[in-house]
Amino acid sequence: MPGSTYLWQERERNSHVAIIDPRHAAKQLIFERVFRSATFLAALLVLLILGGVAVSLLRGAWPALSHFGFSFVSREVWNPVTDQFGALAPIYGTVMTSLIAMLIAVPTGFGIALFLTELCPPLLKRPIGVAVELLAAVPSIIFGIWGLFVLAPVLQRHVQPWLIRHVGDLPAIGHLFKGPPYGIGILTAGIVLAIMVLPFIAATMRDVFDTVPPMLKESGYGLGATTWEVIWNVVVPHSRVGIVGGVMLGLGRALGETMAVTFVIGNAHRISSSLIAPGTTISSSIANEFTEAVGDLYTSSLIALGLLLFLITFTVIAAAQAMLRRLERRSGVVA
Amino acid sequence: MNRRMRRKIKNGAFLSLSLVATLTGLACLAAILFTLISNGVAGLSGHIFTQMTPPPGGQGGLLNAIYGSAMMTLLGILIGSPIGVLAGTYLAEYGRTSRLSMVIRFINDVLLSAPSIIIGLFVYEIVVVRMGHFSAIAGALALAVLAIPVTLRTTEDMLNLVPIGMKDSSAALGAYPWRTILSVLYPAARSGIVTGLLLAIARISGETAPLLFTALNNQFWSTNLNAPMANLPVVIFQFALSPYKDWQDLAWAGALLITMTILILSISARVLLALLQAEKGSGR
Repeated sequence: MPGSTYLWQERERNSHVAIIDPRHAAKQLIFERVFRSATFLAALLVLLILGGVAVSLLRGAWPALSHFGFSFVSREVWNPVTDQFGALAPIYGTVMTSLIAMLIAVPTGFGIALFLTELCPPLLKRPIGVAVELLAAVPSIIFGIWGLFVLAPVLQRHVQPWLIRHVGDLPAIGHLFKGPPYGIGILTAGIVLAIMVLPFIAATMRDVFDTVPPMLKESGYGLGATTWEVIWNVVVPHSRVGIVGGVMLGLGRALGETMAVTFVIGNAHRISSSLIAPGTTISSSIANEFTEAVGDLYTSSLIALGLLLFLITFTVIAAAQAMLRRLERRSGVVA
Repeated sequence: MNRRMRRKIKNGAFLSLSLVATLTGLACLAAILFTLISNGVAGLSGHIFTQMTPPPGGQGGLLNAIYGSAMMTLLGILIGSPIGVLAGTYLAEYGRTSRLSMVIRFINDVLLSAPSIIIGLFVYEIVVVRMGHFSAIAGALALAVLAIPVTLRTTEDMLNLVPIGMKDSSAALGAYPWRTILSVLYPAARSGIVTGLLLAIARISGETAPLLFTALNNQFWSTNLNAPMANLPVVIFQFALSPYKDWQDLAWAGALLITMTILILSISARVLLALLQAEKGSGR
């Protein structure tokens, strides 16, 4: 491939030799320069967008950040009437819902990836894979109304009363399941998020498992290992980086997911020790309050929340991409 | 119980768990589709496509929202996809190995999974604040920003699949790179690039968060791009959370409409890609 680029550069330099009509050659060269610059500018725009996002969020958030200083991220208060804003409750909600989502989605995604790569009859491999990917294509607002009208009532009537009765009195973890069963809240949001990020985690893990050289697996089987032993001792260690990358990609999605959470979180700006109590997340606070926010400090505080979310998700996604890239390069060398 | 039995049981247990996990995933998709269809079909009537969104208690449809969604998605794709395709071309052909391209590729992958609400805030800051009001054009721009990473990624991948011999043949005939790209590479990668466009449309047509503070919503028929415009996702958001039964029914109908559109788009993209691969396979 470098060969052809080389050819093209050579061609541009020696164009007067190869093409007889100099006017034609000049025109071609102009077209070439215009087209090349257009593609270059389009590529640069990607960088500009990211830079623009960072700068515009920083500028919008500045009034709030300079007014509250560090206390913006350390205070729980969120009071539009007295113009007091702190981000602790949304940060807590974002972290907790994502944590619940990952606790559910990572093992399940791992199971699906394992099923698709190691167990599934070849005939079903494609349909099931496509079905899982279609789950990823369903827009988040659909998960939101499904969560609110279908999942929340089920949780409220059947699951949460059971949790309160049987787990609520245990020592250590009991306080996580105390209080009335609202149906909506941190736990419900976490479950909806888990369903949403499940296809991303499953698809990435499947792709990663597929990069394990068959020879390694066959060596394991040759030594008499069971399927599970091959998976746990050969496939998983070989694709560790990719698994972590896939999990973090899912985490990035969960942290920033907006509409699905907004429907089922309850939008309460406080930190409750119970998981079944309503709460709020960074993204759902912005979605719920932004268009109704009056006053510069209020709007600016919401944009500051956006800036926080941007920093958190950017770090997580960038780390995930870096890991997946490392794996890609390595498997590229092996293949 | 001997060691061999224990290993067998452990094996069986974990493999059954993986089957359970798969069934759970499939059940979730089935449950969502079932709810959508059973609730959506009730609200799906001729009015949906002929009448405007009603006030609470009144009868109406979703015509203005459907029009607004189609319009903004179309504009978003028209603005976003040429940029994505050109940038993908740069990464695949001109700047393949340069340091800058590596950075752009990385940033693009980050943007691909960045939260869309952030993009909404960004467009709010640079367009809505400057113009002083919400507008359809701001919504379309937000969608365009979301469409760029998708088209960029697929374009680059698809151009990389074009056999190097085709490029060299074109160069040997004396064609400049721009001519080679437009007349040889783009036609060769056409179905792949179209797949990227379909995926981008599927991605942006269901987006709600970035439209909340850019296009806002409009209860009436409006074709003015410089004014707030109704759109399906925000109408679904508003109507589903309202206490009125007719509004909730309309929200379900809208949800069914939008999900079916997106699923059809994603499936066609996949079929196109499968056809492409089959073609490639038989060619070799």
